[in-house]
Amino acid sequence: MAEPMRIRATMAGDVADVKVLMNHPMETGQRKDAKTGQLVPALFIQEVTATINGATVLSANLGSGISKNPYLGFKVKGPKVGDKVVVNWVDSKGDKNTAEAAIS
Amino acid sequence: MNALRRNVLKGAAGAGTVAVAVAAGLLKPTQVMADWNAAAFDAKNVGDAMKSLGVSAPVDSKDIVIKAPDIAENGAVVPVEVTSNIAGTTSIAIIAEKNGTPLVGNFTLSGGTQGFISTRIKMGQTSLVRAVVMAGGKTYTAAKEVKVTIGGCGG
Amino acid sequence: MKQQIIMKLLTGMAGLGMALGAATAYASPEQDKQELIKYYTSKYPNVKIEDYVYGALAFDADSKAQYDAIMEFPPFEADVEKGRKMWETPFKNGKTYADCLPSGGKQIAGNYPLFDEAKGKVVTLQDVINDCRTANGEEAFKVGDMKTMGTLTAYMRTLSNGMLMNVKVEGPKATAAYEDGKKSFFTRKGQLNFACASCHVQNAGNRLRSELISPAVGQAVHWPVFRGGDNLVTLQQRYDGCYKQVRAVPPAQGGTAMNNLEYFHSAMSNGLPMKASVFRK
Repeated sequence: MAEPMRIRATMAGDVADVKVLMNHPMETGQRKDAKTGQLVPALFIQEVTATINGATVLSANLGSGISKNPYLGFKVKGPKVGDKVVVNWVDSKGDKNTAEAAIS
Repeated sequence: MNALRRNVLKGAAGAGTVAVAVAAGLLKPTQVMADWNAAAFDAKNVGDAMKSLGVSAPVDSKDIVIKAPDIAENGAVVPVEVTSNIAGTTSIAIIAEKNGTPLVGNFTLSGGTQGFISTRIKMGQTSLVRAVVMAGGKTYTAAKEVKVTIGGCGG
Repeated sequence: MKQQIIMKLLTGMAGLGMALGAATAYASPEQDKQELIKYYTSKYPNVKIEDYVYGALAFDADSKAQYDAIMEFPPFEADVEKGRKMWETPFKNGKTYADCLPSGGKQIAGNYPLFDEAKGKVVTLQDVINDCRTANGEEAFKVGDMKTMGTLTAYMRTLSNGMLMNVKVEGPKATAAYEDGKKSFFTRKGQLNFACASCHVQNAGNRLRSELISPAVGQAVHWPVFRGGDNLVTLQQRYDGCYKQVRAVPPAQGGTAMNNLEYFHSAMSNGLPMKASVFRK
């Protein structure tokens, strides 16, 4: 999946509020294709890592039970406006995606 | 000594199933997603999922707050927020107890990351949504029921 | 075999003072809207008119909270982006949709549908889009195709977010089209013999099995929707669904009957702010 991730990172007091929207079908492997009647194979993001100024803040394992176009929100105490948030994901096929945003 | 056998024995000492399989040459390293806990995510019931996460007998805690709907609008996209007010929270796992594979996500927090995760999950039917929190080497849990209906007037 | 459609005008809604039927005096759209608001607010005095734009969500805090959570960062943003690319891509002749539309397409959706005197019929914003396409050497989209017209609509209508619905009904021909739409809304149809009003007037705020029913006022402003976060449905596509749900044969999307219905239906939301591409269950 090459669709770009969207990251929103803002400071609320001394806590960075980070929201990420990833684009991915998150197929469970149990859905039948409406046209062919065949099961659509499982394909879903398995790992997400987030860093702020290079330091890992979140390391997530996801399963296919996370909704399509995964959304993740988390909060980090300590960063400042301008710090760089980088999010990476890898899916069950090995496809990757990365995006970054500065905390505003 | 057979190098392969040595690897298998070394791997079996404390690493996960995946690492053992790699060491035994059963899985090529390129096929392995570092750290993705397949056993936990493939577990078909809550007990097995917790065991694969290395969790046993988590303590019920009122310091874990689960914000989730009473009745899900659409079981494909249920907003769930877990806040852990337990000091030193290092991970939050989210489990939809009656899903075919109950473990939905496991979030490891580091640096100044707070005990808070917001996401959207799929639920196949009414069930408890459970959070399992690790903090200070101990495990805690809380759960909230979310009803899922087969509705849909929507055209 | 020709279908015999039994149509009975829905009557006897206690307290609804609207003029129905061709034989009675025509009331103005504003009067009709006020009558509906009076009917709803006497049943639900605690629901604010501004909240009617949320439909059934205005009657259930748990549902509204889910809507708010999802709308904070909608999962369908990429689909709306596809619509934006369609909108911004010039035709083969170099012109764009913005060249055809008043104000470049910004803050105009609330003016539609309108009665085109020259054409002698109601036109919707989608009709205008298709006219733009054919005038510039492109093929018209099928109004009911979510992949083309639907996706374009999902972006295009966001350019009018915040605009108050402002459908005008002026002159005898426009009034006749409006009254035709009103008649469709209040006429029983289909095997189940329900009118739109059976649910969305008589039973607004009630549950039909597990579903809360939305009032007619406030419905037309929030389309298209993304059901379940990913299933795009436009307003006339929803009308189509409603017809099928009462087991009636739906009129063609983009045809006179559907356009007149949208004309009446949109006028019932006059004065309320629009917001396109929103989440629904």
